[in-house]
Amino acid sequence: MKKRSARIYYVTFLLIILGFVLYLFVKTFNENLLYYRSPTQLVDGNFPENYIFRIGGMVEEGSLKRVSGTKKVSFNVTDFKNKVLVKYDGILPDLFREGQGVVIRGHLEKDFFVAEEVLAKHDETYMPPEVQESLGLSEDSKSKTMESISQ
Amino acid sequence: MLKNLLSKISPEGYYRFTNAIIPWLLTLSLLFITFGLYQGLFVAPPDYQQGDAFRIMYVHVPSAWISLFAYSVVFFSAIVSLIWHVKVYDVILLASCKLGALFTLFTLITGAIWGKPMWGTWWAWDARLTSELILFFLYLSILLLHGSFEDKKKAASAANILAIIGFINIPIIHFSVEWWNTLHQGPSVIKLSAPSIAGDMLSPLIITALGFTFFFFGTMLKSSQNILLDYEKNKLWVKSI
Repeated sequence: MKKRSARIYYVTFLLIILGFVLYLFVKTFNENLLYYRSPTQLVDGNFPENYIFRIGGMVEEGSLKRVSGTKKVSFNVTDFKNKVLVKYDGILPDLFREGQGVVIRGHLEKDFFVAEEVLAKHDETYMPPEVQESLGLSEDSKSKTMESISQ
Repeated sequence: MLKNLLSKISPEGYYRFTNAIIPWLLTLSLLFITFGLYQGLFVAPPDYQQGDAFRIMYVHVPSAWISLFAYSVVFFSAIVSLIWHVKVYDVILLASCKLGALFTLFTLITGAIWGKPMWGTWWAWDARLTSELILFFLYLSILLLHGSFEDKKKAASAANILAIIGFINIPIIHFSVEWWNTLHQGPSVIKLSAPSIAGDMLSPLIITALGFTFFFFGTMLKSSQNILLDYEKNKLWVKSI
């Protein structure tokens, strides 16, 4: 009987420690576990040239330009506060379009970002095409993507 | 009553009880999964952005849910087993680990198959994907640790402690998409506001998730029976079966 209650205390102790470690973990990695930076962080922070990292944001409407005959594209990535010009030479994912969330790996040059890899970031909204057309819900889904990007 | 269930449960009683419910669980899972997948793959409308490719979520999301749920079963069994030293819960822990590892692997594979055309990559080292991969290794480590002891009692308590410590990963997996910037999208269903998924796309998902849950319990209990019979192979009640 005594031995068993000792084990109950032991497990409770273990759980409390665990909760504390989780708290520290989240607190510590809050900044370091970011998969990508936003254009605002890009403007605020001094990233050295040739430092490879990821930026995330939305492809600005009307900013997509293709160089005909090549795979070269350029577009602006925006978080609606700041934007950054991105140049890319390669194959874009299916979901890539203006107004789509993207995560881009590459490095910064003088006034633009050279992309090595472009990934489409999908938001958590799922709906049939008719609903999207009739309600114009794409605006809603865009703002959701923006929320998840700029949090 | 609850205390008896936790501390007094006998291997023989467990075997007889699970024997009675396993066929029901498997039948229910077959019905739910068949109906849910039919609804999801043929009846539900295509997505406005992803077209038909979104339908992989009818297997990806339920198996991801089971990969987390199986660990909750592991965690619960580990606590009971550590405090009361009940053999049955040690067996449930092992069986849940095996099933959990399989569902985690399935989640990772179906996610990669979806990720390649949609995101443009099979794999990204973002917080959600990485923590799910860690869960897979965690399941394997518990099984390996348990298997590395000759003495079953030592094996059980070592595996229990690792299982309890490993539980820290579960909230990290679930909240990773909210706490950090990740490539993986945020939760569509389990969140405070209304689900951000259309109703006729959501209901097949819930049905398949229920089906996967029944399937998990059915196969997990069956697997635990096998481990239990092996543990108790010299006991009288096993010989009488």
